[in-house]
Amino acid sequence: MGKHVLVIEDEPNIIEAISFILMRDGWAVHTHSNGNDAVAAVAAHDPDLVILDVMLPGRSGYDILTDLRAAPATRDLPVLMLTARGQAKDRELAERLGASRFMTKPFSNAEVLEALRDLVPS
Amino acid sequence: MPQRQLVGQRIRERRIGAGLRQAELARRAGISPSYLNLIEHNRRRIGGKLLLDIARVLGVEPTTLSEGAEAALLDVLREARAADPAAAAEAGAVQDFAGRFPGWARLLAARHRRAAELEHIVETLTDRLTHDPHLAASLHEMLSTVTAIRATAGILADNPDLEPEWRGRFHRNINEDSARLANSSEALVSYLDAAGETDAALSSPQEELEVFLDAREHHFAELEAARDPAAGAEAIAAVLAGQERLHSASARAMARAHLERYLADALTLPMRPLERAVARLGADPAVLSRELGTDMTTVMRRLAALRAAGGAGPVGLVSCDASGTLILRKPIRGFGLPRFGAACPLWPLFQALSRPLSPIRQVVRQSARDGGLFMTYAIAQPFARRDDPLSDPLYEAHMLMLPLDGPPPQGEGARAPLELGVNCRICPRENCAGRREPSILTDGF
Repeated sequence: MGKHVLVIEDEPNIIEAISFILMRDGWAVHTHSNGNDAVAAVAAHDPDLVILDVMLPGRSGYDILTDLRAAPATRDLPVLMLTARGQAKDRELAERLGASRFMTKPFSNAEVLEALRDLVPS
Repeated sequence: MPQRQLVGQRIRERRIGAGLRQAELARRAGISPSYLNLIEHNRRRIGGKLLLDIARVLGVEPTTLSEGAEAALLDVLREARAADPAAAAEAGAVQDFAGRFPGWARLLAARHRRAAELEHIVETLTDRLTHDPHLAASLHEMLSTVTAIRATAGILADNPDLEPEWRGRFHRNINEDSARLANSSEALVSYLDAAGETDAALSSPQEELEVFLDAREHHFAELEAARDPAAGAEAIAAVLAGQERLHSASARAMARAHLERYLADALTLPMRPLERAVARLGADPAVLSRELGTDMTTVMRRLAALRAAGGAGPVGLVSCDASGTLILRKPIRGFGLPRFGAACPLWPLFQALSRPLSPIRQVVRQSARDGGLFMTYAIAQPFARRDDPLSDPLYEAHMLMLPLDGPPPQGEGARAPLELGVNCRICPRENCAGRREPSILTDGF
């Protein structure tokens, strides 16, 4: 079994496409689509990497990231943030909160795979 | 220079501007030339009846000469100075400047007020893009859908040997997402259009005119009923009286010009024979022009004035002047018209400008919208000359859009639909020869 990734995203067809791409690339994929209990989902799945959307129902990706960085167990967990807002201030905020990588929608499949391989070398 | 001293200076300016000698103004105001000379050099106070007499002779309002009249102007000039301290305009010279150069001062004040208005509009727009929750949600929805489509399309393109079950699933996803994208983009355009209609601060006279025309569905029964120009003129006055949608004088003037042309068209081609001809022959303006013995542009404008129940179905019309600026827009569902900036240069409307008096008939499809087909008719005709009767005519072009149901026309001579856009900013056609600027859909938006 390959490395384990948790995709936290609320758009079903994006989840399906990303899951397919990652599984074909050898990743074990779990998904979660609600912001409220996303931190608990990370704790439950203990992934090697998290793909985290910014705009989620219930709670924003920034808040979730803040909590992840505050907890010792996930302080250094690689997190790839996805957002539809590509303004410089959004990128700066994500970086300040501790995002490992920031990617704006729409992205190409190759970009996602490349970012994941960079963040979690096999 | 104290403010009270400016009156003499203003009198002198106005007198010279009116071409009067000092002695002449003094005589007509009932004072000696030497006394007027002292006044003009601010060495005698002036007020009361003498100020009124001098103002009467100069043909100006007394307040334009008196000290208080320019107070508002001076306030604006001080505001302008405060707004740009880096320019280091001399604080003590404001009154002197306004007194010596009243025209320049008014111009500067007017420019300052205009700049303030525009800054307010920019601020409103910027704030809206940042904080309008509906706009933010709509854009997020669209970008999420685009992301899903892109990722799914990438899978299909990169995996030619994909299992049939997966392929079918991803095809369904793309189909669903593209329908969602069409709906959300349409909703966004409607939202932005509606916002423009309710925000008077953002309206140009052209937009005011369009809101007015759209509210009347481009049809004026009052003018249709007029049997001669005199009755028509009264009808125009009645239509415009108390018209709340036309806020500015410019918009009212444009509406009057539009209605005058509407009336001329209605007198040339009354609605009843047009409707009968449409019922018999369809809405092809070239055919109707021949049948009714009326030029094609008049027929096109009259078709656009038909009510939806008039037999021609939905009809869209755009007109532009020789610069390519859109001067009339009657929208039609499925054919996007740009709210700001220039339109797609591929439109037959603009092609018509390059070959005046030669009608163009072309099936088109707008790739940026829902892909509906339209039969378009375009023609450029001269509409005026400059004062010199030997000058070249000025042209206007018109394009009529009629929706086509079903597949594009087939058979001999039938051409493939012309693929075109709304404008470059929102057009996904990357390799278009007519592209003026990058699209926000492809430049990393």
